[in-house]
Amino acid sequence: MPGTLIIAETADGAVAPLSFELLAAARALADQGAGSVSALVAGDESLAQSLFEHGADAVYLAPAGSLDPGYAETGAGAALAAREAADADIVLMGQTSVGRDLGPLMAFRLNTAVAMECLSLAIDGGRLRAVRSCYGGNANAEVTWQGDVQIATLKPKALDPLPADASRSGSVTSIDAAGEQRVRVISTEAAESTGVRLEDAEVVVSGGRGLGDPSAFEMMEELSRLLGGATGASRAACDLGWYPPSQQVGLTGKTVTPNLYIAVAISGASQHMAGMAGSKNIVAINRDPDANMVQVSRFAVVEDYKKVVPALIEAIKALD
Amino acid sequence: MNIVVCVKQIPDPETPASQFAVDEAAKRVIPAQGIAPVVNPYDPQATEAALRLKDAAGEGKVTVISLGEDSARDAIKHALAMGADEGVLLSDPDFENIDNFQTATALARAIEKVGDVDLVLMGRASADWDMGVAPLGVAEQLGIPCVTIAKSMELEGDTLTVERVLDDGFQTVEVDTPAVVSISNEFGEPRYPQLRQIMLAAKKTVQVWSADDLELEDDEAGEDNRWLALEALYIPQVESNVEIIEGDSPEEQAQNLAHKLREAKLI
Repeated sequence: MPGTLIIAETADGAVAPLSFELLAAARALADQGAGSVSALVAGDESLAQSLFEHGADAVYLAPAGSLDPGYAETGAGAALAAREAADADIVLMGQTSVGRDLGPLMAFRLNTAVAMECLSLAIDGGRLRAVRSCYGGNANAEVTWQGDVQIATLKPKALDPLPADASRSGSVTSIDAAGEQRVRVISTEAAESTGVRLEDAEVVVSGGRGLGDPSAFEMMEELSRLLGGATGASRAACDLGWYPPSQQVGLTGKTVTPNLYIAVAISGASQHMAGMAGSKNIVAINRDPDANMVQVSRFAVVEDYKKVVPALIEAIKALD
Repeated sequence: MNIVVCVKQIPDPETPASQFAVDEAAKRVIPAQGIAPVVNPYDPQATEAALRLKDAAGEGKVTVISLGEDSARDAIKHALAMGADEGVLLSDPDFENIDNFQTATALARAIEKVGDVDLVLMGRASADWDMGVAPLGVAEQLGIPCVTIAKSMELEGDTLTVERVLDDGFQTVEVDTPAVVSISNEFGEPRYPQLRQIMLAAKKTVQVWSADDLELEDDEAGEDNRWLALEALYIPQVESNVEIIEGDSPEEQAQNLAHKLREAKLI
């Protein structure tokens, strides 16, 4: 029975958390009849144990750095070799800077498709079936593969990792194959952080065109500062020049997944939802009770933001 | 210098969710009434990138290619109005409802047919299916390298230096042409077509190439030959669990919201 190969990534010398989510997905597929679970990781043997503990039956080691962002051609060589060695007909990776390139490269080299940014996976009639979001989150598509090998990238945080089981172990095999790397990486740098980065913020307060006035963003900033968060804006507000495009949340802007997302005067078009639908708790402040943003939120105040937000700022100050 | 830009016409991603509808039996999106399709939001940046390279070189030709229904002409016209030189529409009944992999195949054939192409530029993804696989697919089928999600680039001789956006930073890479580069929204504002250019663009001819013109095999196009079969398409049932915060005045509502957020340990 062919199995599943996951492409693990590393961060700061350890296996990145998303890799454990991939292992949880692969284990769930194994429970539904897919074969054993293998993991490919770039680095030394010390990385293997945490992969076993989170669900891998076998670990393949590629040379350190060969699965770094920008090295998709090198990585595809290793991943294709690992897939063959592991006899995997399902390959899973994260929707990350690595997976975005590696998934399609592997797929085209194997004459098969890749489903990007999947939300869930299942085995149906011995074959993989995936659900992915499309049209900016307005629709879900269920897809299956025509080709033998089924490749998917998984949306981060779509699944919870399994608890670590220290009693698990497995085999470790080195893979020294590498693809021809035609793209030459000159330098890689982390984004500079001034204040709270929008993408890292635990709280995001965003304003939309419904604010009606660019100066209202001062109010948004006051609220986000008070909550130790960052301020965002919808594309419509950025297009009007009300707020810098670097702070745009949405399809053509930043993707954020904060613990708390406060959407002020934003209706919730798919363009915007695509950038924030993964937020864990959404609060809408909107005059329109039928606005999409109100429907998807956990708490909503249906009232004019001009009256609500200043009072909210005072009420939060009064809490402490 | 010969640059090809691939563009796509899609349903407007600013369509309110309330007007978004799906024909589940046909597995298709029902176009929203009164909301015209638009150029994929990343694509004008790809055209802009091509025009900047052409401006910097002081010579060159920019060919814009789109695969789609007749409305895709608007995406081509928009790029022509921005300053692209020639347009090609890939149109065939067998292109209806094909997937991104088949599209990449057809685009690669069209680029070969244009001939002698130094650089292929595309948006980083299309905002409808949001897969982002076509740039890599076109590159693989042309046997050339691909750099994705570019925010800036410079060409010196045959070497392209590209700054690309990563999840948590930036990366500078070099690649020799011919290559495919996908362009991100961070590339900056695309130029806005002026009236005179729009009128000039209307006079530029758009060639139409069919599956036969691209010498595609029977099993390379057609909805039945998708690489990724679409089994179902539906609007996800978002269980609305919204708690509307009540109160006798906006101030009281605000206070109640603050208390709710504190109770839920969100602030």
